[in-house]
Amino acid sequence: MKKLINKVDDVLNEQLKGFASAHNDLLKVNFEPTFAYRKDAPIKNKVALISGGGSGHEPLHNGYVGSGMLDAACPGEIFTSPTPDQMYEAAKKVDGGAGVLFIVKNYTGDVMNFEMAADMAREDGIDVRNVIIDDDVAVKDSLFTAGRRGMGVTVLAEKICGAAADAGYDLDQIEALCRKVNRHGKSMGMALTACITPANGTPSFDLDENKMEIGIGIHGEPGVERMELKSANEITQMLVSGILDDENYTRKLHEWSSDKNDWVDVKVTDEPIGNGDRVIAMVNSMGGTPISELYGVYSKMEELLEAAGIEIARSMVGHYITSLEMQGVSITLLKVDNELLKFYDAPVHTPGWHQ
Amino acid sequence: MITKQEIINWLERAGEIYEKQRGYLTELDKAIGDADHGNNMNRGFQKVTENLADHSDSDIKNILSMVAKTLISSVGGAAGPLYGTLFLKGAGSIDASDEISDSDLLHFWEEGIKGVQARGRAEAGDKTMIDSLLPALETLKQSIGNNEEITKALEKAAQSAKKGMEETIPLIAKKGRASYLGERSKEHQDPGATSSYYLVSALAEAVSNNSSE
Ligand SMILES: Nc1ncnc2c1ncn2[C@@H]1O[C@H](COP(=O)(O)OP(=O)(O)OP(=O)(O)O)[C@@H](O)[C@H]1O
Ligand SMILES: [Mg+2]
Repeated sequence: MKKLINKVDDVLNEQLKGFASAHNDLLKVNFEPTFAYRKDAPIKNKVALISGGGSGHEPLHNGYVGSGMLDAACPGEIFTSPTPDQMYEAAKKVDGGAGVLFIVKNYTGDVMNFEMAADMAREDGIDVRNVIIDDDVAVKDSLFTAGRRGMGVTVLAEKICGAAADAGYDLDQIEALCRKVNRHGKSMGMALTACITPANGTPSFDLDENKMEIGIGIHGEPGVERMELKSANEITQMLVSGILDDENYTRKLHEWSSDKNDWVDVKVTDEPIGNGDRVIAMVNSMGGTPISELYGVYSKMEELLEAAGIEIARSMVGHYITSLEMQGVSITLLKVDNELLKFYDAPVHTPGWHQ
Repeated sequence: MITKQEIINWLERAGEIYEKQRGYLTELDKAIGDADHGNNMNRGFQKVTENLADHSDSDIKNILSMVAKTLISSVGGAAGPLYGTLFLKGAGSIDASDEISDSDLLHFWEEGIKGVQARGRAEAGDKTMIDSLLPALETLKQSIGNNEEITKALEKAAQSAKKGMEETIPLIAKKGRASYLGERSKEHQDPGATSSYYLVSALAEAVSNNSSE
């Protein structure tokens, strides 16, 4: 393993210290428990947004803390969900009296840790809602799996809900908006190589030189299918068809019901994306794929979308949600209307997204 | 009867096992997960061992609650909330004392495992920690019902956990990260079922070592 690190045990703390001082104009980092938060938090009467998850996906989530996006982010160990005390303390720190939205990627660990944190914060009288993001179309069924994983739509949910919070949406409205983003967005990813976590020092899975993994999540786990390596055009075709051919995915999500004052299973069905729709299109590097290769993918994606009668309203090409140094790409399409576009276009000031 | 010292020995023994098996558990998790389970369990139980030093005056219930809080705040992943809940609900079901009866120990596992299932909603056969915990509980319940010696009862429970762990090998995972692999999750032993077996066997060791002294 070759990495720019010192002692393995110190990696996370050292990197967070650097992150905090590099961006001390925007945010601060609290240790024990660990979370990054907006320097000017709490913002009175604004709904606070908190997300979090394993580290190793930078710029997600820490890099999206700042005005117009997240109020706080809770990083776990690399590829391991954060613990409830992190989100609980973060919620206390950033709640401005208007409540807190937890944006949670659908991984078993993340879901359970955020649920426990929400229960703890609610005991303190903070109004907390959890919205689960599960946009990975590579996972087909939800009955025999833990359901679709959270991928690129998470970034867009953080951006759009962050802007809506600035615009004065209340907690109910932001919760509904976040769910709408999730229902309207789909992603699919692939890997050319595995990645190496510092703690393990060896690749997270073994992948031959002439093979690729299709339908990966973002944690260096193997995908849903391993196959012969293909060209960029063929890969792009697979990812785009995976998204466009996705039928009406229906699953039950575990959500907090303020009416029942308890967790309930809610049946949710996604919107298909097709002819006549406008989308935000994201071509995302898994970390090790250079931007130049992403543009190759973008070009083919645009051609395919045009043929399908889909208009690209906004485009994003770069590193948004990664798996350390993994080579690979994911495509995210979010079907938008004027409400979503307006919030997408709103100003944002974070280490990872600036406009 | 289980003494406080036996509980402390159990937790310390578990810490030793997780330290030793850290690589192996992570290797199992690499095959069907994200290669962190050994690191997660080791991090949590090293913290537990550290915290035990400040608990010389605590009763068993307090110690087990401390374990719950420590695991919840240090393990992360899926295992953190699940093992945390096991100890939280388990500790909640017993009296505050320096020794607990065999049936209290049974309650600990019964309520703890109920908590794990409420949080994770896994059933037997889903290829999770539940697959070694449930058989262990079943065996323990029978043995204690038959008034067997606790050392013997725990030894048998550990054997059942081991069997349950091994029986996860042919299963297709339906919960957790491994479920994404579908058919490809077959032929691999579940890391969580393995760490659960270690937890039960550490208890069996701690109690039998103590009574033979
Ligand atoms: N819903 C569940 N119920 C019971 N046990 C589960 C459940 N989901 C996962 N597990 C157990 O957890 C083990 C994996 O734990 P681990 O510490 O590796 O968490 P993880 O899945 O990697 O978490 P994260 O998704 O946050 O990275 C599995 O082997 C399985 O036994
Ligand atoms: Mg794991």
